[in-house]
Amino acid sequence: MKQVTADVVVIGAGSAGLCAAYQAAHAGADVLVIDENHLPGGQLFKQIHKFFGSRVHYAGTRGYQIGQQLLERVQDSGAKVWLDTLVYGMAHDKTLGVIHQGTHYTVQAQKVIVATGAKENYMAFPGSTLPGVMGAGAAQTMVNIHRVLPGQRVVMLGSGNVGLIVSYQLMQAGADVIALVEGAPKIGGYAVHAAKIRRAGVPIYVGHTITQVLGTNHVEQVEIAAVDAQFTPVPGTEQRLEADTVCLAVGLNPMTELLWMAGCEFCYIPAFGGHVPLHNWDMETTIQGLYVAGDVTGVEEASSAMEEGNMAGIAAAQALGLLDVCDAESRKAEIAARLDVLRSGLFGVRRRTAKQQQLNAMDVSMGGASHNG
Amino acid sequence: MDKNKQDLHKEYFNLGVAFTGVPSQDELAHCPGVPTEMRMQHGRVACIECVQQIPCNPCEGLCKFGAITIGEEITNLPKLHEDNCVGCGLCVAGCPGLAITILDRSYSKREATIDFPFEYLPLPAVGAWVDAVNRAGEVVCKGRILRVLKPESYQGTAVICMAIPQEYLNEVRSMKRLPKQDRRE
Repeated sequence: MKQVTADVVVIGAGSAGLCAAYQAAHAGADVLVIDENHLPGGQLFKQIHKFFGSRVHYAGTRGYQIGQQLLERVQDSGAKVWLDTLVYGMAHDKTLGVIHQGTHYTVQAQKVIVATGAKENYMAFPGSTLPGVMGAGAAQTMVNIHRVLPGQRVVMLGSGNVGLIVSYQLMQAGADVIALVEGAPKIGGYAVHAAKIRRAGVPIYVGHTITQVLGTNHVEQVEIAAVDAQFTPVPGTEQRLEADTVCLAVGLNPMTELLWMAGCEFCYIPAFGGHVPLHNWDMETTIQGLYVAGDVTGVEEASSAMEEGNMAGIAAAQALGLLDVCDAESRKAEIAARLDVLRSGLFGVRRRTAKQQQLNAMDVSMGGASHNG
Repeated sequence: MDKNKQDLHKEYFNLGVAFTGVPSQDELAHCPGVPTEMRMQHGRVACIECVQQIPCNPCEGLCKFGAITIGEEITNLPKLHEDNCVGCGLCVAGCPGLAITILDRSYSKREATIDFPFEYLPLPAVGAWVDAVNRAGEVVCKGRILRVLKPESYQGTAVICMAIPQEYLNEVRSMKRLPKQDRRE
């Protein structure tokens, strides 16, 4: 088994990982980025819409263009990128088990930054295993990366931003979205995204769910029904829609497997998608030298993932002694302030509360030895 | 129910954009981005139908005339300063939420114009008659395409200028998607 060493290893080349890698490499660290996909960029290259947010966070720029900019920055920084590479395990001393180009490696680094992102939740109902039922993220990959339309008549379940944006993009790709179904009484995502698909004629059924999907070899009909306050379908409200595709946009959960293996401590925060690793303001977990950034720390969105990546990369470089302490601390304070803005307002406050809960749990776990930035 | 009563019925039950995806009359009336009827009669002016506080501020930076302000708190709703607005339309292409249009009642006695963002292919041809739709995607009237702008600086968003009867200007916000063309033909 071959052995490789680096100052910093970043697992995941998405929004968070690319920012972390750039910051650490730019500070002078020897950085290796590992991603299991054959293209870097994580979810960014699937995002063909213009991003929201502050002008300092690329707002108004389309996601794939942001991905391109981040990638070029990493390539220029001297970081090494291993694609098509699987990290199958992490020992308690942070040693990684890696398969790269058919060869097994152990990779050891002083600092490991885990930026593995999140995966889609699934929902089971009669007919949910029929071909044509898929995650909204899968449908987005099909249309925006592989340029294949999964179907002509789509029913979307879930009105968070993923459900709203993917509905829009499926129509841009030439499909009809015949219904967007949401269990809650209110639309979950941004109103402007909802307004966009309403103008395109998509009916939004809040307080409804999919009760079953019918078809012999593939999706042919989708039965929806109104739900009561306990999310139980109300008999007699069923209606059947002719459709060939069902997309599930019912949330995401952090990809934390490596962190569990390494022995990180976790807490459970439903607003963040489930179990999330404890970390301090430096993004360092309960294991010294092991950092996290992006959706793996709790599902949020691309701008906060990028900022958390910047934070982890700078903190790791600082811990390696590569950055002037004053400089590092002032840059981290700026990032913390920008994260604070991203977690403000009607939609951000839930995430801000959740993040505070996670940081507090870290404080308790580390015996009150806070790293507040 | 006749058409008018139906509309009233729908409006009564529109609790707002977070429930229906369509901003209610009440939300629009309190929206700081919507111009006055008088300003629309003077000529081209931006109409920013952004009624929900989200962290977003590109429009403020795009406007060269100080006609849109948001301020330090980026979840503030954009405020239109209608006297500063020249109707250039940079914000129409730049709003990530596609929530801005340019309205103009001065076009002719019978017709008003609306510039709206459009990100579906195929684009309409200049001079074509299309189905003009309201905020719920319902066809309201026919619209005549006057201009289709898609310079590189718009980053992929086309801005379409369409003439419609004056009486529908407060209702029409887009056009119906055109059927997909088979590229192999």
